[in-house]
Amino acid sequence: MSAHGHWLKSRVTGSASLIATLLGLLVLTFFIGRALPVDPVLAVVGEHASEAVYERTRMEMGLDQPLPVQFARYLGRVLHADLGTSVVSGQPVLRDLASFFPATLELATVAMLMGALVGIPAGVLAAVHRNRWPDVLVRITGLVGYSAPVFWLGIVGLVVFYVTLGWVGGPGRLDTLYQYSIEERTGLVLMDTLLAGSWDGFVNALSHLLLPAVVLAWHTAAYLSRMTRALMIDELNSEYILAARMKGLSDWRVVWRHAFINIRVPLLTSSALAYAYLLEGAVVTETVFAWPGIGMYITQSLFSADLPAVLGATTLIGLLFLMLNRFVDWLYPRLDARIKP
Amino acid sequence: MNMPVSPQLQELQPAADHGTAHARWRWVFDQPLMAMGVLILLALLVAACAGQWAPHDPYVQALSERLQPPSAAHWFGTDQLGRDIFSRVLHGARYTLLIVLMAAVSVAPVGMAVGLCAGYFGGALETVLMRITDIFMAFPRLLLALALAAALGPGLENAVLAIAVSAWPPYARQARAEAKRLREREFIWASRLAGASHFRILLRHLLPLCASSALVRLTLDLAGMILIAAGLGFLGLGAQPPTPEWGAMVAAGRQILAPYWWVATLPGLAIFLVSLALNLVGDGLRDALDPRAGR
Repeated sequence: MSAHGHWLKSRVTGSASLIATLLGLLVLTFFIGRALPVDPVLAVVGEHASEAVYERTRMEMGLDQPLPVQFARYLGRVLHADLGTSVVSGQPVLRDLASFFPATLELATVAMLMGALVGIPAGVLAAVHRNRWPDVLVRITGLVGYSAPVFWLGIVGLVVFYVTLGWVGGPGRLDTLYQYSIEERTGLVLMDTLLAGSWDGFVNALSHLLLPAVVLAWHTAAYLSRMTRALMIDELNSEYILAARMKGLSDWRVVWRHAFINIRVPLLTSSALAYAYLLEGAVVTETVFAWPGIGMYITQSLFSADLPAVLGATTLIGLLFLMLNRFVDWLYPRLDARIKP
Repeated sequence: MNMPVSPQLQELQPAADHGTAHARWRWVFDQPLMAMGVLILLALLVAACAGQWAPHDPYVQALSERLQPPSAAHWFGTDQLGRDIFSRVLHGARYTLLIVLMAAVSVAPVGMAVGLCAGYFGGALETVLMRITDIFMAFPRLLLALALAAALGPGLENAVLAIAVSAWPPYARQARAEAKRLREREFIWASRLAGASHFRILLRHLLPLCASSALVRLTLDLAGMILIAAGLGFLGLGAQPPTPEWGAMVAAGRQILAPYWWVATLPGLAIFLVSLALNLVGDGLRDALDPRAGR
């Protein structure tokens, strides 16, 4: 087969597998929705509805149709960006999600930046001083980040830094003082306060953001430092590094200009995956910090048994997760010339 | 973790006496971090068994003694209903152990069965099975468990089921890769020619060869399962009150952090220690079984 034909074939199978995975994702959420022990018709009409009303609602909801037909309708709705209507807010789930998403985006992005800025240099440091105290320190700190439940870290953080020391803002995104005076434009509080020209508001928003972001970033930093350390050790053991050292290059130059440059591609892809995992970590963290993002939306919907909202949000995060994964697969060969697309 | 052993220590160690229990277990204690992990896990086991000797009844309420700070009488203090938190944490060890054991005995076999069949038979079966695996892997784990637990309703059994459903795919991938590599080997051909059935080959030849890597993965995975179980409990989807499940206990103390900090933080410490111990043991096992991975 010609090189071009091969490229075309891999492109086609790639798209087909993406579509198959997306379809599978929807089948999964559809069946989770059907597994529920509560009768969805009763949830709408109430327990005292007559037989006739019950039957009519059942037909209106399409529940008298065979499962494949029901799934096809569900699929059609999802393709038209209709994730159902939340039972609690009475709004389309997608509109709810759009208003909750910026808070999660802001938290996850700040946590990602912190995690990368701490985790990657720490991993390099650990690799360079392998099996000596900086390495042990980085590994143990990382292990704690891996092992501690996020919600517990958040609670301990609140007890120490908010309740006892008063260094940071408490739960929520802003003090009540600022909550209604800052106009919402982007949905990102840090941006909104700056756009409103309120420096005090910005500092206040930052003090609220700091603790949840650090809690989330700890896990990210642990993951990234572990990856960086393993990659750097492999790199530092290779012969070109020995050659560079024999040429008399400084340690700094060997480590950063030679070894680190060569691990930047796998590191970038790991970072993208870490970002995807932050979406997951955010669910629990937001609950602890009353942070009005997707995570808090999901848990609130859980408590009020609002299944369309839970499944809608799950589908959305599943899609984002899948897209980030695919993006990484797409990015990798484009950054590393040794791998063919 | 390959902690360097100091020369003095090496001299003190007796010459290798193979076969005795001492020699068999010494490698565990040569790694201080792993030894720490093993000790914490032993403590968990003891706690799970010793529940009935706990200083107080974990369910009995004593409203006159509510929200007492940690003291000699109540090591971890008491909660809103005057129950002794230390006794509740001890009892909670059982539920944690139960969740982990149930998830472990269901996850690894299911994942391996899928992976072995896919890798051994290949073809369309492999494509279908691995595509299904990919779909489950496309979801963030906690979220899948969350959606499942929400749909099935809260409870310990449903939490276990939700964890199991979200945790099996990596085992399938790993087993498939190994089965694919092994099926081309001569001894598999030889047993086919000798008339062994596919089922026999899968069960007697491939399964034992893939088991050790699955075991290492499982040890490292158990920490993650504990965290997800605790997360579900924290969100109110695990064992229901008054069951002393650790995640639920943290959630119960959440609203009264100040000044009653011990109600939420001390049960959380137990979750942290067990998950830390499993990570330490998992790292140690991986270093011991696969010297390349631990460098």
